[in-house]
Amino acid sequence: MRYSGMRILAEGLTGNRGWGPAWRTPEPRPAYDIVIIGGGGHGLSTAYYLARNHGLKNIAVLEKGYLGSGNIGRNTTIVRANYFLPGNSEFYSHSLKLWEGLERELNYNVMHSQRGLINLFHSDGQRDAFARRGNAMINQGDDAILLDRDGVRAMLPYLDFEQTRFPIYGGLYHPRGGTARHDAVAWGYARGADRLGVDLIQNCEVTGIDIAGGRVTGVQTTRGAIRAGKVGIVVAGRSGQVAAMAGLRLPVESHILQAFVTEGLKPAIDHVISFGMGHFYISQSDKGGLVFGGDLDFYASYASRGNLPMVEHVMEAGMTLMPMIGRAKVLRSWGGIMDMTPDGSPIIDRTPVDGLFIDCGWNYGGFKAVPASGWCMAHLMATGTPHEVARRFRLDRFATGHILDEEGTGSQHNLH
Amino acid sequence: MRIPCPHCGTRDRREFYYYGADDYLRRPAADAAPAAWDAYLHLRDNPAGRLRDLWYHEPCGSWIAVDRDTVSHDIHGAVAVADLGGGRT
Repeated sequence: MRYSGMRILAEGLTGNRGWGPAWRTPEPRPAYDIVIIGGGGHGLSTAYYLARNHGLKNIAVLEKGYLGSGNIGRNTTIVRANYFLPGNSEFYSHSLKLWEGLERELNYNVMHSQRGLINLFHSDGQRDAFARRGNAMINQGDDAILLDRDGVRAMLPYLDFEQTRFPIYGGLYHPRGGTARHDAVAWGYARGADRLGVDLIQNCEVTGIDIAGGRVTGVQTTRGAIRAGKVGIVVAGRSGQVAAMAGLRLPVESHILQAFVTEGLKPAIDHVISFGMGHFYISQSDKGGLVFGGDLDFYASYASRGNLPMVEHVMEAGMTLMPMIGRAKVLRSWGGIMDMTPDGSPIIDRTPVDGLFIDCGWNYGGFKAVPASGWCMAHLMATGTPHEVARRFRLDRFATGHILDEEGTGSQHNLH
Repeated sequence: MRIPCPHCGTRDRREFYYYGADDYLRRPAADAAPAAWDAYLHLRDNPAGRLRDLWYHEPCGSWIAVDRDTVSHDIHGAVAVADLGGGRT
């Protein structure tokens, strides 16, 4: 069924009896050409683009829980292309272009809202670094505007411009940045993949990866063995466990990142604001809740919840930046399991096992990457060669020294 | 989360800095192959469950190895890295 305004009107006039499930619930078949492990944003978009861009038909996505039950539903929904390093810059630029056509492409409302992103800076040195970043963004073909203090004040008059700890010198404004409805992204890709013939198999946990003669031959699951010509591991925070089934150790450590949402309020914050010096960023959802977060808790964790010191730190940073939110009541906090790489950049690559591919290491920035990650992983799995914009996301880059350290803090597990 | 320092007793998590899994204690020999250094610096088991990882207790200036569950955040004990030979070969 194609969704449209006319369809809503017609259904509304006929008691909404025509809506069906958005995707099938198939039984797993004994064999597929391609099996994707992980039914989150990246796994579903990989399956979608394998079918859509490469004409492949015999594909299954295996999800241990329900579709979109991992980080795609636990993030803070920010979409941006404000990267600096060659390797990252062209990838996120590609992703933002895919976002801009995503709703038409999927015939699904992902509520992509280009409300603009402002990264604040607080010193002359930081301004110079942001000016350079802005130039890199413009050179990449994206947009960036360097705002001075008065420019920020005109757009965000409610910030505390009098505070002395981190005085606001200005901001780097990225007008095409914004947010999207995170669950809808998973659902849109799921529906799109299903319509192209991909089997989406839920409640199907992979328990083993079969390898014969150095080549992957299939997977063992809680719903039986499934043979496969190619297998893609797209499981974010759980990458270590799944890769271990194939005898691999990854340059990944899983960490906890917390996020928070308040009660619904009237529209007050029109943009996405990031306050890097205080480790705080915020936007307001279309439902009215203030959605905000900070930095990692900074210890390895799979708990999907964090500890109180970081809660306190995030609240303090928020109050430093915008005291007006002090009366808002926090409704919920939660944590996502971040697959952190030593240099803070992702991996989309082959593995030493023939036919086994991996897409992981999204750190704290996986949501905006969902379209391009799937696009590039699909390209790699279908053609055997890396996509041009993801060619530096190599699994072996830590051994060879070709690291992608966007933050400039080093390439070691405790630094990002 | 509260962490037991072998010298100071159980203390607030905020007194500690995190370093990572205890792979950092198994430093390869200086003439080891590059692959051994890659494994030491970058590759991790990254278990969902029991993990021994390294924390620095700032007030007393000691490195400790904590036996911790990464799923439940339960802590099953800690020892001073100095008592393990400090990782020096």
